[in-house]
Amino acid sequence: MTTSPAWMERPSPAGRTAKGVLLTLIVVSVLFPIYMVVLTSFSTQEAVTEAGGLVTRPGGLSLAAYRELFSGGVVTRAVLVSLGVTAVGTALSLVVTVLAAYGLSRTGSVLHRPILFMILLTFLFVPGMIPSYLVVSSLGLVDSYWSLILPTAVWAFNLVVMRAFFMNIPQEVTDSARIDGATEYTIMWRIVLPMSKGVIAVIGLFYAVGYWNAFFNAVLYINDNAKWPLQLVLRQYVLQGQSIYAGQGGVTTVGQALPPSLAIQMAIVVIALVPVLFIYPFVQKHFTKGVVIGAVKG
Amino acid sequence: MPSSRSKTGPAGDLTSPAGTGTTNDVPKRPVRASRKNAGRKNRSPLRARLRRDWPLLMMTLPAIALLVIFYYVPILGSVIAFQDYSPYVGIADSPWVGFSNFQWLMLDASFWDATINTLTIMVFQLIFYFPIPIMLAILLDSIMNRRVRLVVQSIVYMPHFFSWVLVVTLFQQMFGGAGLLSQVLRDNGFQGVDLMTNPDTFILLVTAETIWKDAGWGTIIFLAALAAINPHLYEAAAVDGATRWQRMLHITLPGLRPVIILLLILRLGDALNVGFEQFFLQRDAVGRDAAEVLDTFVYWRTLLTGEWSYGAAAGLVKGIVGLILIVIANKVAHRFGEQGIYKKS
Repeated sequence: MTTSPAWMERPSPAGRTAKGVLLTLIVVSVLFPIYMVVLTSFSTQEAVTEAGGLVTRPGGLSLAAYRELFSGGVVTRAVLVSLGVTAVGTALSLVVTVLAAYGLSRTGSVLHRPILFMILLTFLFVPGMIPSYLVVSSLGLVDSYWSLILPTAVWAFNLVVMRAFFMNIPQEVTDSARIDGATEYTIMWRIVLPMSKGVIAVIGLFYAVGYWNAFFNAVLYINDNAKWPLQLVLRQYVLQGQSIYAGQGGVTTVGQALPPSLAIQMAIVVIALVPVLFIYPFVQKHFTKGVVIGAVKG
Repeated sequence: MPSSRSKTGPAGDLTSPAGTGTTNDVPKRPVRASRKNAGRKNRSPLRARLRRDWPLLMMTLPAIALLVIFYYVPILGSVIAFQDYSPYVGIADSPWVGFSNFQWLMLDASFWDATINTLTIMVFQLIFYFPIPIMLAILLDSIMNRRVRLVVQSIVYMPHFFSWVLVVTLFQQMFGGAGLLSQVLRDNGFQGVDLMTNPDTFILLVTAETIWKDAGWGTIIFLAALAAINPHLYEAAAVDGATRWQRMLHITLPGLRPVIILLLILRLGDALNVGFEQFFLQRDAVGRDAAEVLDTFVYWRTLLTGEWSYGAAAGLVKGIVGLILIVIANKVAHRFGEQGIYKKS
């Protein structure tokens, strides 16, 4: 099991125990809040009341919270908005990033340096919020879903990582295709991309998570709360505890004006969490490649 | 088109197999670079190169267009900082006011409060957040069982992918007035505490949130650097009688040095951007005094009141100070013989 090299001194029992305890604490501190949130979202109102807050021990289980949230209304719509923005945005970002990264992967090509410089400059200077807002609004994108996609469609970091990866592909491979008369597009599609599945998966995840989690763009650019993505709904109804029914067609009975029940709030949290938890394991093994190449060669 | 490619493209490349063939022992990269310079820069005229490279240029076009519209145009748009801008009049016709927006800014106590908060939080996190991924990476690296290590790694990376709204919500559920901590305290006869609205402990709270969210993810780059350290160094040191601690001090830390410096610089350059969303989300609960940072200042003080030029001035000051910080940090890195984020020019 353990593969410590022969020259290393055997760890003392005390040291090993301390390390084990520390690691367990770290792992628990990550997993425990998630566990409680998930459990509470699946709990009956009685179980929540009995626990006096978040449920730590499984009691009465029910799907009521999810049934209510997915019966239409604010959360259903917000989930659809977020899914749509994430899907369209990730696709667009990946296409633009892959093309540009490939276009810049040949050192010495025409204008290679100035273009790269243009991209790297974005690391050094951040334009202010106000001018960015003015640009988006003068393009008429306020209250358009495109305002959640286009301003953040290219991340210089992802582009640089992708380019570094493409540059690591042996030149002999692409050269031989070129001698056979392949065009750049053919080389990219048939040779470079199939060799880069891992890095594309990682960069795709970075973009997708970015779009799914995007919050401030929506605060700035989306005034119409019928178009809110999930993160804004999460803030409104869970963090600030506002009534989920307020402002929905104006029909607010006394019961509905109350903040949503804890189970429902936690169910919204889980809905915001699930897509990330779901794709994460598939991409996770490629992480080191993506991040480290970016750092070393950027 | 294909015919013209076959004339120009491969012509440059056909010389390469012969070139590389004769210099088998030379490492690949330098050869490639020198061949490039010889083949591409000197021999072929610009027009031929353009004809060969235009598909590559076209590929970069969408990215360039997006960058120009959403990055470079806003930078140019920052000129409204020197105007009394009104959206109804437009940039062209708004009156120029010189530096008066900046003068007002310098006299604005709330701007200085936000600046001081930003810098305090940055320095605090530099001291109390920055070392944690390094220590965590060394701890993870010391797990000998590969499978355990992979499991722990994937768990600690995870919170990086949660949104700030989610992280703040989770912390609220743990440490807020109705959160788990208060619940447990009350069950045991103590008073509940609400750490989410306490301005005095706010800096600890945001640092804890940052650690929870990003410390695990931050280990990746250090783990890679640790893996790159030659294991023979450890073995030789151990044979020579170096203790665990000495090996850490004289092999591990020097091995991590370039990465540590690189990340310090990145952190400095990013200093004025201390987790914008994080503060935006908690500003209402904690209050302006503790949670106002430069970005939230711009948002509340100007965007919501329509004082565009004033906000643009504040944004410009922030951008320029950030740029200066990054340049200084890089100079320092070069002085210490490290690479930094851009090379010495």
